[in-house]
Amino acid sequence: MWGGRKLGSSGDWFLRVVGPGGRNTKAARPLISSAVYVKNQLGSTLQIKPGVFNEYRTMWFKSYRTTVSCLNRIKSFRYPWARLYSTSQTTVDSGEVKTFLALAHKWWDEQGVYAPLHSMNDLRVPFIRDNLLKTIPNHQPGKPLFGMKILDVGCGGGLLTEPLGRLGASVIGIDPVDENIKTAQCHKSFDPVLDKRIEYRVCSLEEIVEETAETFDAVVASEVVEHVIDLETFLQCCCQVLKPGGSLFITTINKTQLSYALGIVFSEQIAGIVPKGTHTWEKFVSPETLESILESNGLSVQTVVGMLYNPFSGYWHWSENTSLHYAAHAVKSRVQEHPTSAEFVLKGETEELQANACTNPAVHEELKK
Amino acid sequence: MAARLVSRCGAVRAAPHSGPLVSCRRWSGASTDTVYDVVVSGGGLVGAAMACALGYDIHFHDKKILLLEAGPKKVLKNLSETYSNRVSSISPGSATLLSSFGAWDHICNMRYRAFRRMQVWDACSEALIMFDKDNLDDMGYIVENDVIMHALAKQLEAVSDRVTVLYRSKAIRYTWPCPFPMADSSPWVHITLGDGSTFQTKLLIGADGHNSGVRQAAGIQNVSWNYDQSAVVATLHLSEATENNVAWQRFLPSGPIALLPLSDTLSSLVWSTSHEHAAELVSMDEEKFVDAVNSAFWSDADHTDFIDTAGAMLQYAVGLLKPTKVSARQLPPSVARVDAKSRVLFPLGLGHAAEYVRPRVALIGDAAHRVHPLAGQGVNMGFGDISSLAHHLSTAAFNGKDLGSMSHLTGYETERQRHNTALLAATDLLKRLYSTSASPLVLLRTWGLQATNAVSPLKEQIMAFASK
Repeated sequence: MWGGRKLGSSGDWFLRVVGPGGRNTKAARPLISSAVYVKNQLGSTLQIKPGVFNEYRTMWFKSYRTTVSCLNRIKSFRYPWARLYSTSQTTVDSGEVKTFLALAHKWWDEQGVYAPLHSMNDLRVPFIRDNLLKTIPNHQPGKPLFGMKILDVGCGGGLLTEPLGRLGASVIGIDPVDENIKTAQCHKSFDPVLDKRIEYRVCSLEEIVEETAETFDAVVASEVVEHVIDLETFLQCCCQVLKPGGSLFITTINKTQLSYALGIVFSEQIAGIVPKGTHTWEKFVSPETLESILESNGLSVQTVVGMLYNPFSGYWHWSENTSLHYAAHAVKSRVQEHPTSAEFVLKGETEELQANACTNPAVHEELKK
Repeated sequence: MAARLVSRCGAVRAAPHSGPLVSCRRWSGASTDTVYDVVVSGGGLVGAAMACALGYDIHFHDKKILLLEAGPKKVLKNLSETYSNRVSSISPGSATLLSSFGAWDHICNMRYRAFRRMQVWDACSEALIMFDKDNLDDMGYIVENDVIMHALAKQLEAVSDRVTVLYRSKAIRYTWPCPFPMADSSPWVHITLGDGSTFQTKLLIGADGHNSGVRQAAGIQNVSWNYDQSAVVATLHLSEATENNVAWQRFLPSGPIALLPLSDTLSSLVWSTSHEHAAELVSMDEEKFVDAVNSAFWSDADHTDFIDTAGAMLQYAVGLLKPTKVSARQLPPSVARVDAKSRVLFPLGLGHAAEYVRPRVALIGDAAHRVHPLAGQGVNMGFGDISSLAHHLSTAAFNGKDLGSMSHLTGYETERQRHNTALLAATDLLKRLYSTSASPLVLLRTWGLQATNAVSPLKEQIMAFASK
């Protein structure tokens, strides 16, 4: 609770720094009117029973942190003119910079506000590692991902970048927020091994697409796509920087009534633990949507699997249920987008078919619904 | 959870160094010290085995490990004819750990003695308990500490590219990272040695014995008390050569006396008794000492008719219920003489650290727990710590985790505290229960021991627990 309050206030500040944008006006709306708005939402669109809601109420207390943790990433992808922030920072007074520093340093506090992201590593690192190891015939003991080039999009403080680096991969972490990269840079500088393997850059994905086309064996976008303004372009960029046969890993929040109830209504409108307007439910992505965009851009989806956070134990678990968080793994087709011979087309199609067959049964069930 | 966190941070701050802020600043610059993934402080049996376990772990192939040992490197060129008086009882579980990194093979090639049975009996009654395995599996092994050390040192040399061993080195100062992560302060533990050299490490493992410097520097509370007993160890020659594959232990009112097999003609003695008596035993002439040992095993002076009758009655009842499989009481071999200069005494105590882990610190072996030798579990608990911690660290390394992270260290702590506190409590209870000759308690323990001996599933449980 304490952490939530504190974060909430710094988050508010965050939005102020972010500057002009539709979100801000909404956030500034008087409390009463937004409360009415919530009621309407609850009554008309969602029709959630109070009992059901209470069940998740406690759970959200901790998992809001995950949501909040994405705050920093919002900026970039919601506003593609990310440069604006670096320039606008000069107008920020030093007192606020201090607040910001306090938050940016919390990235590496394992029991702090980013605790759920730290513990999510127990799932996402093995997920990425095991799927990549399938593609390496014999790996070096001690550094299984040695020789792999990985791009971590929206790396934040480097929470996922460092584990991947420790596994031997050379990783580039990008994040449009200057302070995040500073924290990440500083944190890895103490580890001489990681210092060599990891490179951080303040930039958006769009900015490095050209120079890094077909460079990476894997692209990781963890807890990022729900903040992206143009998902299709974003995923196209991911695809472009991947080598043929490279893997794209995504973790995000599903677009369901449950995620609306927990992510938007409760945490933002009722409890106020997350600043209003942090998340836009419309931007949440369902696995079906994600899959269709990926498939149409030459990425075949291998796996979609649900993730659940237990706020009492502080651990994540794999789950059949993808209605809240889920992880996806897609592979870039080895065939070029404009195949010249009919053989290639056929091959490409069979690959896609096979990939569809491999997709998690949970997805199929959902599709049937 | 919150309370725990606060107490940890609080204690870290209270740790005897120049204060968190100062120490953070001190290291704020880019330091050129070597950064090790793991530093093990203390190169005894447990510390060296820890370094070995990590050095041979497949997920640690890319890691750097440092072992700090205060003593000189002991080179055991050829095994001396005389046995060392410092021996350890190695459980099958510990032997498995030692063979997992190849040290057990060296021990097998040198000198060890397996025992297949264990007889424990009371000096105040006829009650006894006999542990044996039907399939004639080994119950445990008596190995000289020097032999184990030699095997470990040999295995450490083979992985010298990953494990650095610094002999004659002693850490004089540990500087902990800030309890609250700061951007410009080093997140690692800084170690200063006596010669002024400094290192950094992501995880410091304290294996520096029951007066652990790591534990004190980390400010970890330790529950401890000294027993009113000292242990006398000696190497004994038996009157005649026997199969000698039984570990004997008799509970005298003054403390337990144990005879552990070393060879067909040699056994090792561990006699826990009052401090005065222990001092007397060490200083008395050899013949008198041998007589004292023999009478300790054979004398029935502490028996009383009442207890004997009560014990016989229960034994009779058990015999009616379970006519077969009555394990007959065996007699220990008699002792002919004692090896010159092999008698040594050391005080006994109990200790247990309230926490085994802190961020970037883990305690193993005697640094975390000290136990009475009556169950022969001291070093086995340490080896148990190693296999648990090595397993957790190995998983963490394969998941790319920061090795000093609490998330997997607490897993180790929970697992081991559950096992160790049970053993510690049981050992302490036994020590107290058998330190008296008051009739009600003697009766209670007599019946208890007889009943336990009669119920094989219970006995098997005890054996399984002790052989971990």
